[in-house]
Amino acid sequence: MIISELKPYEELQQALADFDKLFIVGCAACATACKSGGEDEVFKFQEWLNEQGKDATGSVIIDEACHIARAARDLRHHKAAVQDADALVVLACGSGIQSISSNVDKQVVGGLNSMFLGNVRRFGQYEEMCSLCGDCILNETAGICPVTTCAKGLLNGPCGGMADGHCEVDAEIECAWSLIFERLKSQQRQGVFARRVPPKNWSRRFQPGRYRLKDGES
Amino acid sequence: MSFLSEQLGNGQFVVTAEIAPPKGTDLSEALAAVEKLTGITAVNVTDNQGANMRLSSLALAARLQQQGTETVLQLTCRDRNRMALQSDLLGAASFGIENLLLLSGDHSKFGDHPDSRPVFDLDSVQLLDMAAGLMAGTDMAGKSLDGVPEFFPGAAVNPAAEPFELMFQKVAKKVDSGARFFQTQSVFDREILERFMLAMQPLQVPVIAGVLLIRSSRMARFLNDNIPGVQVPETLVQRLDSAEDSLAEGVEIAREAVAWAREHCQGVHLMTLGHEDRIPEILS
Repeated sequence: MIISELKPYEELQQALADFDKLFIVGCAACATACKSGGEDEVFKFQEWLNEQGKDATGSVIIDEACHIARAARDLRHHKAAVQDADALVVLACGSGIQSISSNVDKQVVGGLNSMFLGNVRRFGQYEEMCSLCGDCILNETAGICPVTTCAKGLLNGPCGGMADGHCEVDAEIECAWSLIFERLKSQQRQGVFARRVPPKNWSRRFQPGRYRLKDGES
Repeated sequence: MSFLSEQLGNGQFVVTAEIAPPKGTDLSEALAAVEKLTGITAVNVTDNQGANMRLSSLALAARLQQQGTETVLQLTCRDRNRMALQSDLLGAASFGIENLLLLSGDHSKFGDHPDSRPVFDLDSVQLLDMAAGLMAGTDMAGKSLDGVPEFFPGAAVNPAAEPFELMFQKVAKKVDSGARFFQTQSVFDREILERFMLAMQPLQVPVIAGVLLIRSSRMARFLNDNIPGVQVPETLVQRLDSAEDSLAEGVEIAREAVAWAREHCQGVHLMTLGHEDRIPEILS
């Protein structure tokens, strides 16, 4: 899921300075799991707005704010409250914010910072393991992504900063290459160590990304 | 052919030293430090070392090369994508720079621009492959070059890194990718150096041992806390601590490391950080 957190209140105060009446949008998917844009947070945000002397004209939690058509439909259901607002505040990831902004003419203020695609260690503890680079070598690295989990994204082994199997950037973190090495060894295969990995094909990480199932696949 | 490659090829014990470009445009101090270097085969020019922004290593190396000082150009993957790296390497060749030390580079988090976006488009193995490709006349896109560079590419290694077996598989990859010599991270432990040199034997690639002049226990502790891959053993920290003249003790420690290198390695790389005048003593 996309990991997001609430922007600092000082930043939000500035972003909302020109508006008195706001419609609040949350997201029932990732932002709810991150406790950044679910029902509780939308409610809390509304209270904070009131403390700032502002009004909330209404709110909606969209099932998946990134779903452009669903966002449009849910906003239509709250047409009057949206119309009544000076702007919309969106407590969703950057993707969700843009689903909303593409569906309304009013100014949209994003309330969250979007951080990464996260795996769930346990509720409330998220870790980045994939950077969606489009050119996956996980099959050779015993299922551990060095592009993401090595601080330098190296493809041919650890850097000179590895110390006792830990990362030079954060001694608390195990070196990705040390983990890959140990796991491959326990599986009794060479994997990525069998070859020199050529430079990464970054063009596989389409930017901006677009993808459409071909006819007949859907 | 560079002096460095010639001397290593002849089995002569080489001595290289290290110089950092200034933070600014005034080269006078760096050039004066180079003047003080005697009995040196080549001068390493560091590339934004410790991820601290300085004048470009290529610019200073070019200047030294034009003055007749042979250089080893350090080039890191941290700040440049593959186009910039190729471009700088061709630029280096145009100034007659042949010796290269090709590195991944310290993470930008450690330096004075921690907010910068680290690049690492290539890793050090891929950078070595790329240099080999340029020498064979083609760039990474497979296009032929108009004028082909001649390089003597080297790579870095930290003999103290653990797990050793994992560190060493990368050494082997670097050799496959055309590393013609290795320069080690600072060596402080004879046994660690011996273990590494034993593993290196079948690869037949010369090793230049890194020797760092530590002037005080305070500096040793700073290195331990802040410089990736450098760990000064506690026994040495205490020697520096209890010494009357800690710089003299540091020189003595460096002399011991040079002695181990003479026994096991093909050369020594001196990092004296402003104390270039002590080099004759360290080598004596």
